[in-house]
Amino acid sequence: MNQWKNFSKGFIKENPVFVLLLGMCPTLGVTSSAINGLGMGLATTFVLLMSNIVVSLVKNLIPEKVRIPSFIVIIAAFVTIVQLAMQAYLPSLYKSLGLFIPLIVVNCIVLGRAEAFASKNTLVSSAIDGVGIGLGFSFALVLLGSIREILGSGKIFNITLYSENYVTLLFVLAPGAFIVLGYLIAIINRIKKN
Amino acid sequence: MNYLVIIIGAVLVNNIVLMQFLGICPFLGVSKRLSTAIGMTGAVAFVMVLATIVTYLIQKYVLDSLGLAFLQTIAFILVIASLVQLVEIILKKVSPALYQALGIFLPLITTNCAILGVAILTIQKEFNLLEGVVYAIANAVGFGLALVLFAGIREHLDLQDVPKGLKGTPIALITAGILAMAFMGFSGLV
Amino acid sequence: MAKRESTFINMVVTLFLVTGIAAAGLGFVYDLTKGPIEVARLKAQSEAIKQVLPEFDTLGTSFKTLAEEGGDSLEFFPAYKNGRLVGTAVQTYTKKGFNGFISIMAGIDEAGNFSGYSVLEHEETPGLGSKMDVWFNNPEKPKQFVIGKNPNNTNFTVSKDGGDIDAITASTISSRAFLDALTRAYSSYEKNSDATSGLTGN
Repeated sequence: MNQWKNFSKGFIKENPVFVLLLGMCPTLGVTSSAINGLGMGLATTFVLLMSNIVVSLVKNLIPEKVRIPSFIVIIAAFVTIVQLAMQAYLPSLYKSLGLFIPLIVVNCIVLGRAEAFASKNTLVSSAIDGVGIGLGFSFALVLLGSIREILGSGKIFNITLYSENYVTLLFVLAPGAFIVLGYLIAIINRIKKN
Repeated sequence: MNYLVIIIGAVLVNNIVLMQFLGICPFLGVSKRLSTAIGMTGAVAFVMVLATIVTYLIQKYVLDSLGLAFLQTIAFILVIASLVQLVEIILKKVSPALYQALGIFLPLITTNCAILGVAILTIQKEFNLLEGVVYAIANAVGFGLALVLFAGIREHLDLQDVPKGLKGTPIALITAGILAMAFMGFSGLV
Repeated sequence: MAKRESTFINMVVTLFLVTGIAAAGLGFVYDLTKGPIEVARLKAQSEAIKQVLPEFDTLGTSFKTLAEEGGDSLEFFPAYKNGRLVGTAVQTYTKKGFNGFISIMAGIDEAGNFSGYSVLEHEETPGLGSKMDVWFNNPEKPKQFVIGKNPNNTNFTVSKDGGDIDAITASTISSRAFLDALTRAYSSYEKNSDATSGLTGN
């Protein structure tokens, strides 16, 4: 596969959120604002990149039957690194993402890429795949977060667009997450068809 | 703390699926049939309670006392993964009937974030062991309630004339949104 | 290179190695970030103190006190200007929030009135309860403004419960919790005012 295709497939064609429907929990949980979506997306991208690199390096050293547990440990290690680093350098973002940072461990996207891609491919392709899928995930989160923030609090990236008196609060609350994502997937399906 | 508050809070007000967004994958994945939804709920409830007890003990007596709290994520996920394996092996030996019912759902549970989420939340909310167990059971009930309600709606949805573009996942998500809206009516109960 | 076979020894050794390396690596990162995490925590704390108190130049030694039986402790930060006490910041909490725990830094000036507050930690609903960081801090709306008041001269409950403070629209529970935290800060401030010389707890 050519590397550009390998990189860009994560955005629309194999977008983890809109098409593969993976990693739904953080997608719905943290996207009450665009900035939270971006933070979560980039944290996941880092974990994806690092775990893909390490998995592709050690893929031949790990016996078949303990593959999954070993991958989980590798992923959990990088998640904890992200957790500690965010606590140290971005404490307010860490606070607003809360529980969903440690839950990157069980994000099906990360284990899925390690298992389906990195354990079969070279270091370079695995790294590119990790970044591509990670940025595709971030793209989905930022898009969802922006729409919810614009409709629900009249802001985008914390910049006020219109008065709070006219917002539809529902969109930053839980039901808004489901509904906006539902319509987004419908639109993406439509785009993909053409 | 009042157990009733924990239970109502976890089942209705802060429903783990519809309000906290944990365990969305099985919520969307296995909710097409009522029977599979019930099976999944059973498996989740079983593992959630066990996992909460074991991770609680590990946090209190191993991680905290050794000053290794930063290994929480890695320790908890390992515990859950091995617990799922163990449950699978024991069930197979002890109760083949139960294994038949829950077996196919067990492997999916390791990556069900509701389990890890509840384990971490129990520590974060500084519950004691009994409160943790009550919290885990209540969350399992909340998970089951959301899943069963949703599966019931989806079975009917199959027969409806849904606009073409919204068929499948989109309409499922929008339905979930409306269900979440209904659950918002419980806010203020505790 | 061929894949390792799944013999028992191979599996155990691999899992052991992977876990060991991961744990060791994390220990190293933990050591690296321990300092910065503490610095970030202190910085957030001192910024909150600066925000809630009148101008001061030195911060006295902080001390902790139990607010009530079985509760968490509150932390007091007395602040001085030119050697004179100008106010005390109290890190207070409530467990009555919509989603449980809320932590607030509240400033009490030398006259014994609230001089400011800053919400440190909360899990309230975004757009509803989360508005408490500005709602009670709006001088244009005297009925929801808590600055310059204290629970002795004002009834610190929401107007729905017969009090003097207007609750956040559609977030009565978060508002009750907020006032609960402030009341807790004030009552233990009063209790401690004898213990700390110079405090004027009227």
